[in-house]
Amino acid sequence: MILIGLIAILFGAGLLCWASERYNPQWPKWIALAALVLSLVLVAVLATASADHSGAWLLRFEAAWIPRFGIGLVFAIDGLSLLLLALTVFLGVIAVATAWKEITHRSGFFYFNLLWTLAGVVGIFTALDLFLFFFFWEVMLIPMYFIIAIWGHENRTYAAIKFFIFTQVSGLLMLLAIVVLAFSHYHLTGQLTFNYFDLLQTPLPPQLAYWLMIGFFIAFVVKLPSFPFHTWLPDAHTQAPTAGSVILAGVLLKTGAYGLLRFVLPLFPDAAQQFSTVAMTLGTISVLYGASMAFAQHDVKRLVAYSSISHMGFITLAVFAANAQAYQGAVMTMLAHGLSSAALFALAGGLQHRLHTRDMRRMGGFWLTSPRLGAIALFFCLAALGLPGLANFIGEFLILLGTFRSAPTFAVIAALGMIAAPVYALLVIQKVFHGAPGGADTDTAAAGSCTDADRRELSYFFALIAVTVYLGFFPQATFEWTAPAVQVLLDFSSGGADTLVLGTAGGGR
Amino acid sequence: MDKLWLVPTFPLLGFVLLTLLPLWFGPLPRRLTALIGAGSIGLSALATLWIGQVFLASGLPDYNITLWQWLQVADLSVTFGFYLDSLTLTMMGVITGVGFLIHVYSVGFMREDPGYARFFSYMNLFVAAMLVLVMADNLVLLYLGWEGVGLCSYLLIGFWYQNPRNGYCARKAFVVTRVGDTAMAIGLFLLFKELGDLNIQSVNALAPTQWDTGGTLPTAIALLLLGGAVGKSAQLPLQTWLPDAMAGPTPISALIHAATMVTAGVYLIARTHPVFMLAPDALALVAIIGAATALIAGFTALTQTDIKRILAYSTVSQIGYMFLALGVGAWSGAIFHLMTHAFFKALLFLGAGTVILSLHHEHDIFKMGGMRRQLPLAFICFLIGSAALAALPLTSGYYSKHAIMLATWNAPGLGPTLWLVALAGAFMTALYSFRLVFVVFFGPPSEHHRDAAEQRGLTMAVPLAILGVLALIGGYAHLELDNLPATIAAPVPGSVDLLTIAVPFAGILLAYAGYGARWFDPQTLARNPLLKPLREFWYSGWGMDWLYDKLLVAPWKGIARFNSADVIDTVYSFIAWSNRGAHLLVSMTQTGKLRWYAATLALGTVLLLGYGLF
Repeated sequence: MILIGLIAILFGAGLLCWASERYNPQWPKWIALAALVLSLVLVAVLATASADHSGAWLLRFEAAWIPRFGIGLVFAIDGLSLLLLALTVFLGVIAVATAWKEITHRSGFFYFNLLWTLAGVVGIFTALDLFLFFFFWEVMLIPMYFIIAIWGHENRTYAAIKFFIFTQVSGLLMLLAIVVLAFSHYHLTGQLTFNYFDLLQTPLPPQLAYWLMIGFFIAFVVKLPSFPFHTWLPDAHTQAPTAGSVILAGVLLKTGAYGLLRFVLPLFPDAAQQFSTVAMTLGTISVLYGASMAFAQHDVKRLVAYSSISHMGFITLAVFAANAQAYQGAVMTMLAHGLSSAALFALAGGLQHRLHTRDMRRMGGFWLTSPRLGAIALFFCLAALGLPGLANFIGEFLILLGTFRSAPTFAVIAALGMIAAPVYALLVIQKVFHGAPGGADTDTAAAGSCTDADRRELSYFFALIAVTVYLGFFPQATFEWTAPAVQVLLDFSSGGADTLVLGTAGGGR
Repeated sequence: MDKLWLVPTFPLLGFVLLTLLPLWFGPLPRRLTALIGAGSIGLSALATLWIGQVFLASGLPDYNITLWQWLQVADLSVTFGFYLDSLTLTMMGVITGVGFLIHVYSVGFMREDPGYARFFSYMNLFVAAMLVLVMADNLVLLYLGWEGVGLCSYLLIGFWYQNPRNGYCARKAFVVTRVGDTAMAIGLFLLFKELGDLNIQSVNALAPTQWDTGGTLPTAIALLLLGGAVGKSAQLPLQTWLPDAMAGPTPISALIHAATMVTAGVYLIARTHPVFMLAPDALALVAIIGAATALIAGFTALTQTDIKRILAYSTVSQIGYMFLALGVGAWSGAIFHLMTHAFFKALLFLGAGTVILSLHHEHDIFKMGGMRRQLPLAFICFLIGSAALAALPLTSGYYSKHAIMLATWNAPGLGPTLWLVALAGAFMTALYSFRLVFVVFFGPPSEHHRDAAEQRGLTMAVPLAILGVLALIGGYAHLELDNLPATIAAPVPGSVDLLTIAVPFAGILLAYAGYGARWFDPQTLARNPLLKPLREFWYSGWGMDWLYDKLLVAPWKGIARFNSADVIDTVYSFIAWSNRGAHLLVSMTQTGKLRWYAATLALGTVLLLGYGLF
């Protein structure tokens, strides 16, 4: 029930935000903040309530929704979902904090969209009925479209439509795959169901399984995004308002990675195995292509966007490497990249808010006037380039270590990304904060007007820094949360997992 | 001894305090900054002394503490734990001892810099990371320290950030060493895949039981680890970053780029010596790289005019001797030379710092001259330092380097050849170091700096004096570490011994002839059409920068620039464009003219009928 409560709070508070704007335009942001803090508390309660993490599923709720088609309200979480829920709600708070002063126009509708997107994401991380999952997939998409299209920057309509079409087309592929999967299951067993736990045991013919797997795979890697489906991301990120970018990079991309782990691997273990070379090739290309593209950008947000593609390539690699280290590395990278990319987009947004430009050629020497902002930027660039001691390193190290065990060639090529990352990440520091005040082109320079971080910014960046450092030195707690889920995945890839999933599934709490 | 963790904690605490306090209280007073910055290292040095005392008294061969379980994923288990033995203790002594002296010196040297607190916070972080590097009981934690020192090196090379050139040098240092680090990381992956363990002592114990000497696996792993070592220690072919690293403040060059961080590669190889001993080919490569680097960097040092770049190439060259020592099996000799080198090179760099500060940031040695009267303290420092660098008898450098030379002669196979190369390197060392002394301190006083007065407070003079004493006598106690394989002691021919001692004197004589007594003019030699290209080739560091630029940097930039608009996007743009085009075409048919509709209807019917009939 607590899961439905979580989603209901976000949906309800969203409506409240929209309605309250007409009374006082200041109210929506307070309502949104209160709702997200409450959700954070709920997630914490969830975590403490199931702290023993015995068994894979911590919580499970099932009720009929459209029984005629075998569609149910199936919600369940394991350690993986719980961590991602925590990330979602935490970054939700950060997103509200970044939007605090930036969004003044139609703020009620803005926070409505923000909260509904987050509600969609929470639904994605908890729904285990495939139809319900698809429903939340759409719920997440449409408010985000509005966020980009209404509060975005100069080229927002183009970016919003591009984002929408990419996600929608790939979502349709997934819907097709879901329906075919359900009907195949009906064909084989005579039971029409969209329930994840029932569909897990569908003995599909290999050919069909392969094609269905491709349908899911494409939907998820478009979201991730992976080369060659990535081109919506730089546009969407660049044009989205700061809070939109924070949610997009920190949370929405993770739904793709989650989908790969939750659906593609367990539903089609053999097909995924067969497909692994292709997928790992795409992952490796993403790592290097993203890094090379990031290096070529002048727009701060575009640079961070391409670096996300590079980091998400590691996740594709890990998902198909099929061993415990790689899976744990993937989860850690999801969390770490969520934090660091959210922070970098918040920084880029902060810079744009101050300077009215994202062009790094017009910046430079800001360390002199804003050393705090510079230090924060330095910290997150170092996190992004995988400095040991910070969360991102743990993720990438485990991924490469795990991948090396199963596919050394891919690991070695992807490791070149470790060389490419400082090339672009340190360039940000050089171009924006180092150098002489005034930047390279003094006539167009925007320097001097860069004020240092204020209390609000300091506090949310400090929260992000604290979590990143904590995960870098004490990652063991997260590993223990996800260990049962990882074990289930490993059992799937080696066959004979049915007992594990069903055996440990408890009833609703 | 269970308080081992205190040693890196003090500097770390110093870093945290210097970073966070200004956030709440605004800029700190300089005295407080200096107190925290240098004091933390002082406490760390005291803790090292105390722990060393207890450790030596206990008679234990080694000691291990685990602070917490860092990573535990399936069969991968990595702790946050420290390991102490005589090798670690030696390194800790060098890091905290020399580090403390350099910190004290910096209190005076940096006193007018606006980034005072930032400087000390980075320095403290560096010492903490360096201590983690040498104390780590597993390779992942070692890697943490390894990357951490790389970060601090980057931050401090680019310390004066307003000059984009410094930023470039800093990034170059980070990226070039990252190339080596990546090779090392792959080495760790391979080690884990094969042995299932990354704890250093377990690896060292397991390796000889699992692999045959000369096998492919130990060779591959040793080569990958060597990749990391040559990157960090600026050896061929990754040495290009170190001379550019001189863009940082001079105490940095003394601490990071002479005494400690750049010797991390030597430490790594010594620490994992059982793996290297299983790979004789890799070990031979270590020796060859060392000897070649020692000689090549010597030639380049001879042609430089920037006082710090001369010392930088000299460092590259001296680390070459340490690699040579490792390669020929003089394990303790390498660490011994590491220690004495830390003394005399720190002395030289800090002396150079005094010169530079006194002459208002002058770096060109040919704009100096006759400085022995104006800068007496720096003069004495350079005399002692250069004598030790050239390995003149009775100085610390002599004891460590002489041992390496003799061990090289005794090495089977390539031994005598390598000895000859190393001997030529020793000649060059004496030549370039005394060229520096003669040019800067002798001859007519420079016209550029007549009014120069030596800048030396107590904080700068005392560390120089202590380092001077160490550079002289720091080699008397011969360092023989019990946890490294003993050097094979074999008699060498008397002539070899004699030549090894005599050659540096020949180098000094030549330097005196050219730059002291001026019996011939080196400038005319440099202008000689035959020698000029050679000199320029040496000056440019044997064209390595040029090569890497053409081979790697330019293509990378070219690809990035060419594809900055993302070629993949054109595919999707084409889909969008063709859709729009099709839409246009179809909408064109909707003309509203009845004739058209009738005609197309008729034509369509005819075509359909025709298709149906045939």
